[in-house]
Amino acid sequence: MAESDNIVVETAEKIFADLADPQTINNDKKNSWQAPLWQALSEAGLPLSWVLDDLGGSGASLADGFALLNAAGRFAVAVPLAETMLAGWLLAQAKIASPEGEMTMLPASPKDRITLDADGALSGRCRGVPFAKAAKHFSVLAHGKDGVSIALVDASKGRIESGLNVGYDHSDTVTLDKVQPNTIKAAPKGVDQTTLMLMGGVTRSLQIAGALESMLDISVRYSNERVAFEKKISKFQAVQHNLARLAGESAAALAAATSAADAIANATSFNDEVYLEAASAKIRCAEAAEKGGAIAHQVHGAIGFTIEHILHRYSLRALAWRDDFGSESYWAVELGKLVARRGADELWPLVASR
Amino acid sequence: MTAALRFDPIRLPPECEQLRKEVRAFLAEEIAAGTFSPFKPNREDTDVPEFSRKVGAKGWLGMTWPKKYGGQERSFLERYVVTEEMRVANAPTRRFFVADRQSGPVLLKYAPENIKMDILPRICRGEICFAIGMSEPNSGSDLFAAKTRATKTDGGYLINGTKIWTSSAHIADYMIAIFRTSPPTKENRRHGLTQFLVKMKQPGIKVNPIGQITGQYEFNEVVFTDFFVPEDHVLGEVDGAWKQATSELAYERSGPERFLETYYVLTELVRAVGPNPDTRSAEGIGRLVAQLHTMRRMSVSVAGMLQAGKEPVVEASIVKDIGTVWEQQLPHRVRDLAAFVEETATNRETLERQLDFAIKTAPKLTIQGGTTEVLRGIIARGLGLR
Repeated sequence: MAESDNIVVETAEKIFADLADPQTINNDKKNSWQAPLWQALSEAGLPLSWVLDDLGGSGASLADGFALLNAAGRFAVAVPLAETMLAGWLLAQAKIASPEGEMTMLPASPKDRITLDADGALSGRCRGVPFAKAAKHFSVLAHGKDGVSIALVDASKGRIESGLNVGYDHSDTVTLDKVQPNTIKAAPKGVDQTTLMLMGGVTRSLQIAGALESMLDISVRYSNERVAFEKKISKFQAVQHNLARLAGESAAALAAATSAADAIANATSFNDEVYLEAASAKIRCAEAAEKGGAIAHQVHGAIGFTIEHILHRYSLRALAWRDDFGSESYWAVELGKLVARRGADELWPLVASR
Repeated sequence: MTAALRFDPIRLPPECEQLRKEVRAFLAEEIAAGTFSPFKPNREDTDVPEFSRKVGAKGWLGMTWPKKYGGQERSFLERYVVTEEMRVANAPTRRFFVADRQSGPVLLKYAPENIKMDILPRICRGEICFAIGMSEPNSGSDLFAAKTRATKTDGGYLINGTKIWTSSAHIADYMIAIFRTSPPTKENRRHGLTQFLVKMKQPGIKVNPIGQITGQYEFNEVVFTDFFVPEDHVLGEVDGAWKQATSELAYERSGPERFLETYYVLTELVRAVGPNPDTRSAEGIGRLVAQLHTMRRMSVSVAGMLQAGKEPVVEASIVKDIGTVWEQQLPHRVRDLAAFVEETATNRETLERQLDFAIKTAPKLTIQGGTTEVLRGIIARGLGLR
């Protein structure tokens, strides 16, 4: 258990600053930075933050782990840190120990499903699985006739069709065809595909919020350097107002994501209030990724559109993260249904629940 | 980071939830008793003195102020809960809202003791109404261009000039206004304005109502002709109003009233759509609720910072910018979705009537209390751009 809220984040930020400096890794066409970064993160116990010591992890709190994900977003790190954290968290729900190395979760979309048959084999096709190609193991949520199970599976047992998301990170299609899991256990009450997607959604929300913080930061800095029409572009009111709107989008994303993380970290169950928090975070952060990212690019002009510049590391990843674990349109429909089902006079009590 | 914006998640403490129950019960009783209707946003009865006194009797006015002035010494978070429940219920808060939010805190900070002892308890009892005299015919967002003069005379000042767009001046007992006591200096164009407490309903003050595009008459022109204000009604430093104006802005800008003004159309849409919405309605409602929830969490976070004694001026400006743009767009987004509501929906007429009014209200929301442009300027300054 970490001693303070900050130790986990401080450790991570130091590693990111040393081994994942955005400009350095952007210049590195061979991705030779990835292995040392992953090794340092692993040595610090960060990928298994949400796994207790006796299950092979470092046993940080949910809150500390969420703060770590926000920091990872600020550096837009392209290693499966968030994915391994989520996978470890899922396994830990069923008291399954986490192995070493990279992991990812199946499924990664609310529309996909893995089934467990009577012979104890797992089958199903999952699209948009982040970093499946890099993963040594899959953490799987499966539906059988007796309910929901959680399983650990060797990645080599799945068929992987490799793909890239708009941020150039692996987003692969994984097919399990009667695969025998390494370990499988019944999921505890309250852990199902929806909770898994909400956890994933809040994870992506925190990363998007972090990326927007960095986009605001580098956009403000650039506007104070770049001269046009004989003055810094930060002195033009049109530019100032655009940056003020970017600050607003960044603030909204941060507030939505950290509020949802706080709600989950302190929840006893995934009730309607937590659902509102988590779904809202994904919806609002995805909207902010679009609106905020567009402004960051507008401020940078053509230079921000080049592959040499670091802006796309944040802007494209933030856009890509919208798609994982249910897009904003998906969650908006689900949240809208929930609100309609509860009825008009129960909307405000839900919104004002904390 | 150049911009360290903070919106820490705040959980409202348990006393807030108890209070919320009390406020809801009170409002339900008043609605049942016919004091006001939550479904009539364009009612004529926006000024309900009896309601003000009842809210005062509950201890919900000036509730954060010291007890010796009639306050309850409760937290800003508790005040927040009262404010948001009143807004959502569409309660007639016009008579007391300005005094409770803005004027009282100014008096607490700058008025002499005898005036505080006289006026603050009456605000707390819901007996008196305040207006704010800022804008003038040639001075709106540019506050420091104000020209209405306060000329020194025996024992006080003589006021001459005109304030405009002054909400509630026609019912107000007092106004807190800025008047020019000296010309601006070369070094500081903000110099020379002084804040005053003005007792309304006296000779020398003429209040002329101005019709609004909603059909209401809520703002006014206020003409001062040789109107006498005694010396002890000066609030704070003579010529130094510019130093006093900014710290209150965080309170004024970040409250729930900055995104809930048209909320009623969303409730009514959900009612009209019913328990089994089609995909389009569900998505539309889901997005609006997510945006609303996010703004509320931002606004509560600012309230928490204020309670902790911080001055989150930039964060508060962001809340008002995003909040007012949202509440301005809300009636139009609801209208988009309402186009697909079944003809048979029982509240269809209510929804349409509310939409008509909300659409007419919308343009003012990004103007009153600091325009979008002014807010973005403040945010830009906070980012280090100005």
